[in-house]
Amino acid sequence: MRLPEGGEIDRTKPLTFTLDGVEYSGFEGDTLASAMIANGVLQVAPSLYRHRPRGIFSAGIEEPNALVQVGPEPSLQATTVRLTDGLVARTLSGVGRLTPDSGQRRYDKRYTHTDVLVIGAGPAGRMAATTAAAGGARVMLVGLSYPSGNVRFRGSPQGIPPADGAAELRVLSGARAFGYYDSNYVLVAHQQTLWHVRARRVILATGAHEQPIVFENNDRPGIMLAGAVRKYITNYAVLPGRKAVVFTTNDSAYATVAALVQSGAEVTVVDSRPNPPDLAPQGVEVISGLITNTDGPERLTAVSTQDRRIECDLLAVSGGWQPAVHLFSQSRGTLRWNGQAFVPDTPAQANHVVGAANGTFDTRAALIEATEAGVEAAAAVGYPVPPPPLPAVREREITPASPVWLVPGDPRNQFVDLQRDATVADIRRAVGAGMRSPEHVKRYTTIGTGTDQGRTSNVPALGVIAAELGVTPGDLGTTTFRAPSVPVSFALMAGRDRGKLHDPIRTTPIHSWHVAHGAEFENVGHWKRPWFYPKPGEDMETAVLRECRAARTGVAMQDASTLGKIEVVGADAGEFLNRMYTNGFKKLPVGSARYGMMCKADGMVFDDGVTMRLADDRYYVTTTTGGAANVLDWFEEWSQTEWPELDVRFTSVTEQWSTIAVVGPQSRAVIGLVAPDLDVSNEAFPFMTFRETTLVNGIPARIARISFSGELAYEVNVSGWYGLAAWNAIHDEGKPYDITPYGTETMHVLRAEKGFPIVGQDTDGTVTPHDLGMSWIVSRQKDFVGKRSLRRPDTARPDRKHLVGLLPVDPAELLPEGAQMVASDAPLTPPVPMEGHVTSSYRSAVLERTFALALIKNGRHRIGETLLAPLGDRVIAATVTEPVFYDKEGARRDG
Amino acid sequence: MLLISCPWCGEREETEFHYGGQAFVAYPADPESLSDEEWAQYVFFRDNPKGAFAERWVHSAGCRRWFNTVRDTVTNEFQS
Repeated sequence: MRLPEGGEIDRTKPLTFTLDGVEYSGFEGDTLASAMIANGVLQVAPSLYRHRPRGIFSAGIEEPNALVQVGPEPSLQATTVRLTDGLVARTLSGVGRLTPDSGQRRYDKRYTHTDVLVIGAGPAGRMAATTAAAGGARVMLVGLSYPSGNVRFRGSPQGIPPADGAAELRVLSGARAFGYYDSNYVLVAHQQTLWHVRARRVILATGAHEQPIVFENNDRPGIMLAGAVRKYITNYAVLPGRKAVVFTTNDSAYATVAALVQSGAEVTVVDSRPNPPDLAPQGVEVISGLITNTDGPERLTAVSTQDRRIECDLLAVSGGWQPAVHLFSQSRGTLRWNGQAFVPDTPAQANHVVGAANGTFDTRAALIEATEAGVEAAAAVGYPVPPPPLPAVREREITPASPVWLVPGDPRNQFVDLQRDATVADIRRAVGAGMRSPEHVKRYTTIGTGTDQGRTSNVPALGVIAAELGVTPGDLGTTTFRAPSVPVSFALMAGRDRGKLHDPIRTTPIHSWHVAHGAEFENVGHWKRPWFYPKPGEDMETAVLRECRAARTGVAMQDASTLGKIEVVGADAGEFLNRMYTNGFKKLPVGSARYGMMCKADGMVFDDGVTMRLADDRYYVTTTTGGAANVLDWFEEWSQTEWPELDVRFTSVTEQWSTIAVVGPQSRAVIGLVAPDLDVSNEAFPFMTFRETTLVNGIPARIARISFSGELAYEVNVSGWYGLAAWNAIHDEGKPYDITPYGTETMHVLRAEKGFPIVGQDTDGTVTPHDLGMSWIVSRQKDFVGKRSLRRPDTARPDRKHLVGLLPVDPAELLPEGAQMVASDAPLTPPVPMEGHVTSSYRSAVLERTFALALIKNGRHRIGETLLAPLGDRVIAATVTEPVFYDKEGARRDG
Repeated sequence: MLLISCPWCGEREETEFHYGGQAFVAYPADPESLSDEEWAQYVFFRDNPKGAFAERWVHSAGCRRWFNTVRDTVTNEFQS
């Protein structure tokens, strides 16, 4: 029922809204919940599991019952949804449904630094903010308060200075601070913006949440928190009931009693204390006792004390106040039980807690705390202020509260967590099963895991557990508080980082050609690499066999621009590379190239690639596509932290160069046409050398004779700007030879036929160069990072896993990569000893059969043995072989 | 998220940095002269104190420089 006057609503602005298909009206300034109460709608959707009737329980973010879906947004609390004209809402039982599309709404992120962040815009928060800002410090005040668009410094309590004078006070109202991380990093949800706030000082004035009392049938519609009843009357001028009972353990509910009486309601007070204070207005009956049960068809019609039954349509409950310590606890501050509630004890970051959030419920004391915190914060950030005069606030005498954790009754209907429908019986089951820690009981009963984060259930649950165990809640401690402390939508957290902006994509300068020519792409790190180029009617297998055949018998080309490239420059560049690579680079002649391998300090293979020496003091290092950034970091680390005396510098040039591999017996002819000035004969341009030249279309190029397939092959390096032009030139000149573009799959097959490992595919961080059968690349003369590890007993074991070949006995059977291999006489019931696994597996055009690479225990000494790959429905037998399948003598390299 | 002070660039977000583990673990001058145990100490073993810890960071998304600092592993406060 709407009261004829009062409240902070704007009665000149009526709004209409629809709830569960019925149209109602409210006013500007209402929440959905207050407008519902104004229309006599207290009841919401039934509870999630027990399907019990439930009603609006609170007036804020602690609401467990009144969940609604508004448009695409599920699980909003009616108590925090601001009423707007035409709003359409649906009540929800416990859970909502996510809609896959958040609609047209755009969410954003903002990053800001502030000197002082004040969280909570109640009297203490406003006092702290205005005090801290008075000296010129940048202050941000974040508050939940609705309905005002801006926090109004209403002078309640009287005398709090207005914000106008402080130029640097920024106010976010209707905002929720929900995450508090290291170094005063706080996340704030404000409308469609997620604020990332870094503050030098934080003042927490987050207030307190009133706690319910656990008694039988304490969940009916018509039972509300006492403070919520008062807030509905004073802020929204709505009266939730005409015949009210107020059940309290403390003084605070007497303000509700006064508000109810003033609004014309009939009130009876039940106070748990033996001698209730004389705070009720004249004519209000105050009973010392407990509410033991309630009655009603659905909505409340009566309550019972130990010896009386009282007819009523509203029960306002106050079981005391628990400071809202969520953010303080997230900041790793410790808590202390003060006999009534958990209050902040020791802060772990540069913050202060003031007012009710600190367990200080007296307004005058809270304002003093807030002022002191504001003065201290201002001084700490370098904008000191003198202590402001305290507003005139009456001091009150407080009669100590008498907490009630559990009223005797039927435990199956004594609700502890309304949202999770969990009862005292559930807690007894958990404790009876031997659980003692509240963390265990929480997980067993799910108490506190709802979207309300247990704001009205955590402390009552601790009270019940403590009562069961004969201890105090302080002996138990709280469960861990985690972000987000209020529900935040995924869309808000994602902001604009969704769809195409979710993750960066890297493409080479030749990418448009690949797309135009129908390439299928493979993701390699962030790169999009052509995987294979199917012709019409071809599947992957056919396309790859065709590409492989072209490379082995004619000529083929690949965009290898994604290779990591690093220029290593300086007088000591050679010495530096000598210390990094297992093999030597110091004596590499200018104009030559060399394949190199790197290990981590543990001796395990880390990266590999070909390095060219451009000048005495200049090397051009290539890395694996995925390893480029790691290798650059690795170089920087050793150069800066271990050998700063070496004159060497590193520059990533991956994107500055485009690289095109031209492969096959006819590649020499094509390169001859592409680079007419170059003598391409084997004598003038031998393997593992490079030449600077100019291409037929005028592009400067660096061409190297490098082969990752065993065939005669070239790598044409040009400036990234000319990548596409160079590709087109090679493709044009290659047409008479039917040059065939190929992708990463063909590259993998060709190199595997030669037994060349791919770091990260055939190795996994537990493989040494010796395990790969590449002892030839490990220098005996010089030290390099990881060398000493190679003669550790475990690393030097002769029966480690070795890289070997596998030939399936049936040449048409393809071993799946990752398949575990077992001995042919192994039992096929667990435990089955594993001999190793398949790392690469393909169909080979040139071998006309399938083949695989594998890491097999003691593999080099098991050549010829048959191993089995049990695959559930079938078993593939394969013979262990040398890892080189094609051109073992290396006759094809020079064409 | 930590706010980390790079000696060259000043205070920056933790996401700009990579962690480098314990500081002052020098690469042995002559690894070949070490026993297996001594070498294993260098490669595999690091301190894990509760409290002040000298450690390395690199400002990888900034100036790319490495630096040493002391962090309290309990409070996450940097002391240098």
